[in-house]
Amino acid sequence: MKNIDSKGHVTGKSIYLDDIPTIQGTLYAAVYSSPSAHGIIQSVDYSKALALFGVEKILTFDDIKGENQIGGIFPDEELLAEKEVHFQGQPIAVVIAKSESIAFKARKLIEIDILEKEVIIDAREAQKKGQLIMPPRIFKSGNLDLAWSVCEYIFEGRASSNGQEHLYLETQGAYAIPLENGNIKISSSTQGPTAVQRAAAKVLDVGMHNIEVDVVRLGGGFGGKEDQATPWAIMAAMGVQILNKPVKLILSRMDDMKMTGKRHPYDSDYKIGLSKDFKILAYEVHFYQNAGAAADLSPAVLGRTLFHATNAYHIPNTRLTAYSCKTNLPPNTAFRGFGGPQGMFVIEAALAHAAKKLKISTHILQKKNLLKTGDEFPYGQIAEGVVLNKLWSDLDSKFDLKAVENRIHNFNQENTYSKKGFSLMPIAFGISFTKTPMNQARALVHIYSDGTVGISTGAVEMGQGVNTKMLQIAASSFGIHPNKVKLETTNTTRVANTSPTAASATADLNGKALLKACTALLERLKNSVAIKFDVNIDNVSFENDLVYIDNVPTEMTWEQLVDQAFLERVCLTENGHYATPIINFDMETQKGHPFAYHVFGLALTEVTVDCLRGTYEFDAVKIIHDFGKSMNPSVDMGQIEGGLVQGMGWMTLEEIRYNKEGRLLSNTLSAYKIPDIYAVPKEIIVYPVETEGSEMAILKSKAVGEPPLMYGIGAYFAIDKAVMAFNPNAKLEMSAPFTAEKVLMGLY
Amino acid sequence: MIEFILNNNKIKTDKPNGSLLVDFIREHQHLKGTKIGCREGDCGACTVLVGESKKGKMEYQQIPSCLTPMGNISNKHVVTIEGLNMESLSPVQQSFVAESGTQCGFCTPGFVVALSQYCLSHKASNYDNAIASMSGNICRCTGYKPIEKTALHVTKALKNKDTDQTIQWLVDHKYIPTYFNAIPKRLSELKKEIKKETSGILVGGGTDLYVQKHEHLIDLEVDLISDRPDLKYIKIDDYTFYLGSALTVTDLLESKAFCGIFSKLSKQMKLISSAMIRNVSTLAGNFVNASPIGDMTAFFIALNARIILSNHKTTRTILLKDFYKGYKDLDLSKNEILTEIQIDIPKVNGHFNFEKVSKRTHLDIASVNSAALIIEKNGIIEKAHISAGGVGPIPLYLEKTSNYLQGKALTKEVIIEANEILQSEISPISDIRGSEKYKRLLLRQLFFAHFIELFQINLLG
Ligand SMILES: Cc1cc2nc3c(=O)[nH]c(=O)nc-3n(C[C@H](O)[C@H](O)[C@H](O)COP(=O)(O)OP(=O)(O)OC[C@H]3O[C@@H](n4cnc5c(N)ncnc54)[C@H](O)[C@@H]3O)c2cc1C
Ligand code: FES
Ligand code: FES
Repeated sequence: MKNIDSKGHVTGKSIYLDDIPTIQGTLYAAVYSSPSAHGIIQSVDYSKALALFGVEKILTFDDIKGENQIGGIFPDEELLAEKEVHFQGQPIAVVIAKSESIAFKARKLIEIDILEKEVIIDAREAQKKGQLIMPPRIFKSGNLDLAWSVCEYIFEGRASSNGQEHLYLETQGAYAIPLENGNIKISSSTQGPTAVQRAAAKVLDVGMHNIEVDVVRLGGGFGGKEDQATPWAIMAAMGVQILNKPVKLILSRMDDMKMTGKRHPYDSDYKIGLSKDFKILAYEVHFYQNAGAAADLSPAVLGRTLFHATNAYHIPNTRLTAYSCKTNLPPNTAFRGFGGPQGMFVIEAALAHAAKKLKISTHILQKKNLLKTGDEFPYGQIAEGVVLNKLWSDLDSKFDLKAVENRIHNFNQENTYSKKGFSLMPIAFGISFTKTPMNQARALVHIYSDGTVGISTGAVEMGQGVNTKMLQIAASSFGIHPNKVKLETTNTTRVANTSPTAASATADLNGKALLKACTALLERLKNSVAIKFDVNIDNVSFENDLVYIDNVPTEMTWEQLVDQAFLERVCLTENGHYATPIINFDMETQKGHPFAYHVFGLALTEVTVDCLRGTYEFDAVKIIHDFGKSMNPSVDMGQIEGGLVQGMGWMTLEEIRYNKEGRLLSNTLSAYKIPDIYAVPKEIIVYPVETEGSEMAILKSKAVGEPPLMYGIGAYFAIDKAVMAFNPNAKLEMSAPFTAEKVLMGLY
Repeated sequence: MIEFILNNNKIKTDKPNGSLLVDFIREHQHLKGTKIGCREGDCGACTVLVGESKKGKMEYQQIPSCLTPMGNISNKHVVTIEGLNMESLSPVQQSFVAESGTQCGFCTPGFVVALSQYCLSHKASNYDNAIASMSGNICRCTGYKPIEKTALHVTKALKNKDTDQTIQWLVDHKYIPTYFNAIPKRLSELKKEIKKETSGILVGGGTDLYVQKHEHLIDLEVDLISDRPDLKYIKIDDYTFYLGSALTVTDLLESKAFCGIFSKLSKQMKLISSAMIRNVSTLAGNFVNASPIGDMTAFFIALNARIILSNHKTTRTILLKDFYKGYKDLDLSKNEILTEIQIDIPKVNGHFNFEKVSKRTHLDIASVNSAALIIEKNGIIEKAHISAGGVGPIPLYLEKTSNYLQGKALTKEVIIEANEILQSEISPISDIRGSEKYKRLLLRQLFFAHFIELFQINLLG
């Protein structure tokens, strides 16, 4: 089934936040933010801005009725700065005016006096100065000290990866409207409606029941709207609370880039030890995560870096230390992969480094150390259903690695100004929120008396096709035509206390909850049939909009059945609740079984570098991916290709730059480049591998949102190989992204 | 009053001609299918079509509505996604659905509109053109592969398009609604905009101005030059080209005469912005914006172009390379307009090359660019003009390097020596587009590339 939103999208009829018809009297908000990255506010003069015709109100921390606090994990982030500012772009005030352009004009008239303080933008510097978000987190396994002594080869080095701007095409925004009795409805472009509701209630000093958050769909999220959609929603709601008029707040692209956090940059020191036959025996890393000015989701992101520090390899002895470093950048946040990619980049860099020194191909080291079923991860979980060796042999038999290697070698012999390189990138990515309590979901199903079905879940549709999957589940459960099923908006009034749409787990969690609700309804309906036809309930089934008995269609339609059940006063509404079983994690020992299952895959990337100009083009990326039993191949394929290209962007073009004063230089689309249609590999081939899937995955269809992003890491190492082919003496730092500049500097 | 046709509706509005088309569409007309992703011409979410009747045929181009002043669509046909919708999906829309070319969907109307422009063109269908039509559109979700498949699909479907009767064919095959047939007649009935007193600000395509100061311009009446016939022409006299300053990059690409001289033009121009931006950005705008990395500027400086500047009373001619006095400081007085560009084409033995490297190869501003015109006879350089951008506060004519090359043999040694001189002529600074060291190295490489491309000189061996 194609994404059920496709038709709306191609006709421009799909509604995004900024398309919601505005109510008369709606006011428009613009955020005034700190021009300085660190300092004490001496004074702010709003008088000129307030005097501008059409300005209704300027909200500051003074207008906050509840707590001026939006920190999700730690309470360390003010909604509107009171005394001290910690990053450029930190919100200080909200101008509310009759039109957007008036609000923007007024904002320019605000004058501020800030006493500048020291600005730190570098994670290592922050760590040295003791600026940490929390104490370092350490994973240990085996006996590292002992292991070093038996290693034949030991390599040490440094690897860093830069941040990444989410660049959801739809910028952040919210539209809040007053309801009666002081209640407020917020339409928000958020991945976490409950997070918005909870934080808004706290800031506005009202109950969560007074705030209704509604989400139709997002024009992209990628993690950027998991936590950081919240402030704008609260600001709009504050406007409503004070002015009792609808308030709309849409960030301009520049504001969005300046004010919101990104993927965390990491800088890391690694030490890797190998046996004589190239088994990795020991691995030690110090990760320096650049968290920005507040915790946001950084502690959780840091955790996932540790969980994925050994990627798809078995390493018996490890010590992995991670520092979440507080700097004067916007608080960095969730981004597809959630710290996992950053951890994986380091182990891949360490392997590439070792291979260079050993004068062998990296993939020999990779293959040798692939994880197998029964191996233990550094965090204590025993790997299950591992198919990495199978993926490898599948890839080899389909694409013949030896032939690839020879072809590239010959090409490089024959061409002076053009060199090719290739890399392999295996992945093992754990599925579940690493914070166990978040692994729960609910789904509300109404069967209306005419047989149509309405579904509400906690899942937010942002292009990943989760609504399509939900619809498939319901339609196939009831054996009815999909056009009888409607996916409702994600709304905190219908489904409460939801986890954000994140961690690739949304379809699993919400799908399982939905399945439970559908199953309960089915039981009741079957019972109704069983009584009517005097048959055993097990003999009843529904298919093709008909009631079946003993797998034979009856005269009774689905509509008739529902009508009958309604008259019999059968409850046609069900709320399903699902909590992932088995998973657990002990924060004391840093051991446990945090993931429901892992997703595996392997990518082969080929690149050609123009050695005259230092530019590059990707010839192909060929992937063998473990979908389990994909419940929607076209949706899942879209996630693979899209995730891959996003990951490649992170590794190649996308370069976030701040100056020493903490000002974002890459603050527009003309200065920050994501892949365009010409920048993507000429060929992307994705083969599914036949696996059993996991019982923990919805209909055994494994989660697919985040894992493919990490195939993009292969791009970095393919370029590295091509550059080395031209200049074997290139002293390349392992520092992503591999921009055209770094390529040329490496070539000459 | 500005009159135009928006989809199937005649519009009369007294909005200032400097106000933006996207705001009119979304806020005034409540047509929400056109999205805003950046307001800087760099994402394509706001792409719409603008059609004009030219030589009896409707010509449609995709343009960025976020940078387009209302005055520039006066008397034209503007088509948004809503104007392409019919009872059932068009083949373009169907292909996007069938190939899963849409995920979050925010970029999708822009893509559909852009690819519809490809359908509307009077050229035979060709996959590269299909992709090029969407070169200004960014998608963060799909990774583009399904969009490529969509383009392929549509290209195949258009195989039998009747390019003499494009509109009729598209209407017959349900690519576009039937109302398109009546548009030429309806356009001819529109009243011309009556000039109001203006702020005196000159606006071409607006692709620099509206990025830099849109808040300032949207309430103003401005002086628009893009549709002035007296500034939009290509004349050739013997070996001299006379180019109206309001010509767009697309206009150059459409000129058989110009492409006849510059055989690699389409490959070179593909490196400049996107199809959508090339459709509106003028030569004058590029020159006067005075960005040190203006691509057309580098291109024309190496051609030793002359520009004509005139105010109400006088007209003068200067060399383009002498136009730039310092960072954004021009030899242009207050009331002067750049009206014409002149280039002399070498009668024989002329070789021209243009090079540009940016972080992203397409739709990106150059880190460094360079162009070279070399007149060569029997292995001797008779004359050389080399330009370079991104390596100083202004677009540079590399005077010393060019002089040095004159009369020299075309050898590896000469070129390597010339690079030494070149390096002494430039003063790049480290910025977002690259470090000083990188820019120096890159310009060396691009300088070498001219000789490798034009004369296959091996500079490595
Ligand atoms: C997304 C995007 C990508 C871009 N990519 C590139 C690129 O790859 N390479 C590149 O070089 N540029 C690029 N640009 C910049 C821009 O498109 C070009 O500089 C373009 O040629 C400007 O032309 P315009 O007509 O739009 O200028 P406008 O914005 O209309 O005007 C620019 C300046 O010229 C003045 N002006 C206009 N006409 C005249 C005249 N006749 N006489 C005197 N003054 C005049 C205006 O007053 C203004 O100061 C890009 C811009 C965008 C938005
Ligand atoms: S909104 Fe991005 S190009 Fe116009
Ligand atoms: S589908 Fe989301 S940006 Fe293209």
